[in-house]
Amino acid sequence: MNEWTRLDVTPIPSLSLSGVGFAHRGQSLLHPVDLRLAGCRRTLVMGPNGAGKSLLMRLAHGLLAPTAGRVHWEGHLPRQAMVFQRPVLLRRSALANLTYALAIAGTPRRRRKPLAREALERFGLAALEARPARVLSGGEQQRLALARAWLARPEVLFLDEPTSALDPAAIKAVEDAVLDFHRRGTRIVMTSHDLNQARRLADDIVLMVGGRLIEHGPAETFFTAPASHEARAFIRGELIW
Amino acid sequence: MPDDANAFQTALALILGLDPDLIGIVTLSLKVSLSAVLIAALVALPLGAAIALWRFPGRGVLIVALNALMGLPPVVAGLAVYLLLSRAGPLGELGLLFTPGAMVIAQVILVLPIIAALTRQQIEELHGDYREQLTSMGVSRARRIPTLLWDARFGLATVMLAGFGRASAEVGAVMIVGGNIDGVTRVMTTAIVLETSKGDLPLALGLGIVLLGLVALVNAAAHLVGESARRRLG
Repeated sequence: MNEWTRLDVTPIPSLSLSGVGFAHRGQSLLHPVDLRLAGCRRTLVMGPNGAGKSLLMRLAHGLLAPTAGRVHWEGHLPRQAMVFQRPVLLRRSALANLTYALAIAGTPRRRRKPLAREALERFGLAALEARPARVLSGGEQQRLALARAWLARPEVLFLDEPTSALDPAAIKAVEDAVLDFHRRGTRIVMTSHDLNQARRLADDIVLMVGGRLIEHGPAETFFTAPASHEARAFIRGELIW
Repeated sequence: MPDDANAFQTALALILGLDPDLIGIVTLSLKVSLSAVLIAALVALPLGAAIALWRFPGRGVLIVALNALMGLPPVVAGLAVYLLLSRAGPLGELGLLFTPGAMVIAQVILVLPIIAALTRQQIEELHGDYREQLTSMGVSRARRIPTLLWDARFGLATVMLAGFGRASAEVGAVMIVGGNIDGVTRVMTTAIVLETSKGDLPLALGLGIVLLGLVALVNAAAHLVGESARRRLG
């Protein structure tokens, strides 16, 4: 089995965002954010639509360059992967999607198929290896995206609303996979607007509203003693923006 | 001068009887146009993909130029190649003028902008979908070219068929640089022009039917490729 655990004892470098903001055409979409993510924790970035959660993820992962401030890894640049709300899969078979990722990562050719098959097996996709990835169901596609991320053996895994388009069974599969990643020593940074999901998964919560970071702290504190009135309203299920 | 119905019957007899003259002309046409499309594609596919992926000064001008060249009149392309390859021209020493090689060169010039421009459009669109994922995986820009070309393969097959359609149907360029020499550089389109002007309608008509059939075949193939891709790959 592809049992990668982080044998190297180097801790996952902390990610620090200092004054990170993002503006587009003079409109500020993310107001300067200071945030530090350390350790092997599961952080859920919560907030209503348009709060800037996805933007924050893209800035942290390096898909976008901030227009203000600095994104900084304290230590080495960790191996990272990102799983998107709508999985982007290549127009090839499920297996070929994984061997491609391995090729990009520099895995020797003869090891690619065995590793890819192990990953398919782990995510319950073994029977679908020859199927074109883009005709798989939504849940299967997301699992394939997770399998691809798995092969990257990430130290940090970003997930942007990975379950928002899925049915409960598929959501369960994704959440189990997230916990699996975490058990292997991967830091999880995931956006969600589902409070129950946050209760199930989160060690830490980041709450964002209207392009601002409102609150950041341990999940327990967030749910039992929220510091801001936005957080209190959000937990009560009121509309906030 | 034979009446039209008679000419049509004779044309069919030529085709069905596999008339050697007709076969020779059709074979040369296919050889020249297929070679041209293949050579053009080798350059134009990566070129189109590269233009789609890189931002550089003059990119907009290049895209407009490529789009404009899609409508390059074949006679102009033929004239340019003629000037290049003629005895006094810069490449005159190669002795290529009035050979199938010269015809291939002229058709490459006609087809290359079509394949490059359409490839650029398709790859740019596909890359819009793939960009974040590929960036996240750390795929270099050069490595994205084969990735995107492969993933756009069905659309690009249609693009190449469009190029083949243009090459096999044009007459101006091959006439100028090939010279329509019997048995050497005579292709379907130039033969049709000649035979029509001579009044030998059966051969002209026979070639016309073959050419039409070929174009229909190419379009049917393009359609089938697109349909099966949509069904199988989603």
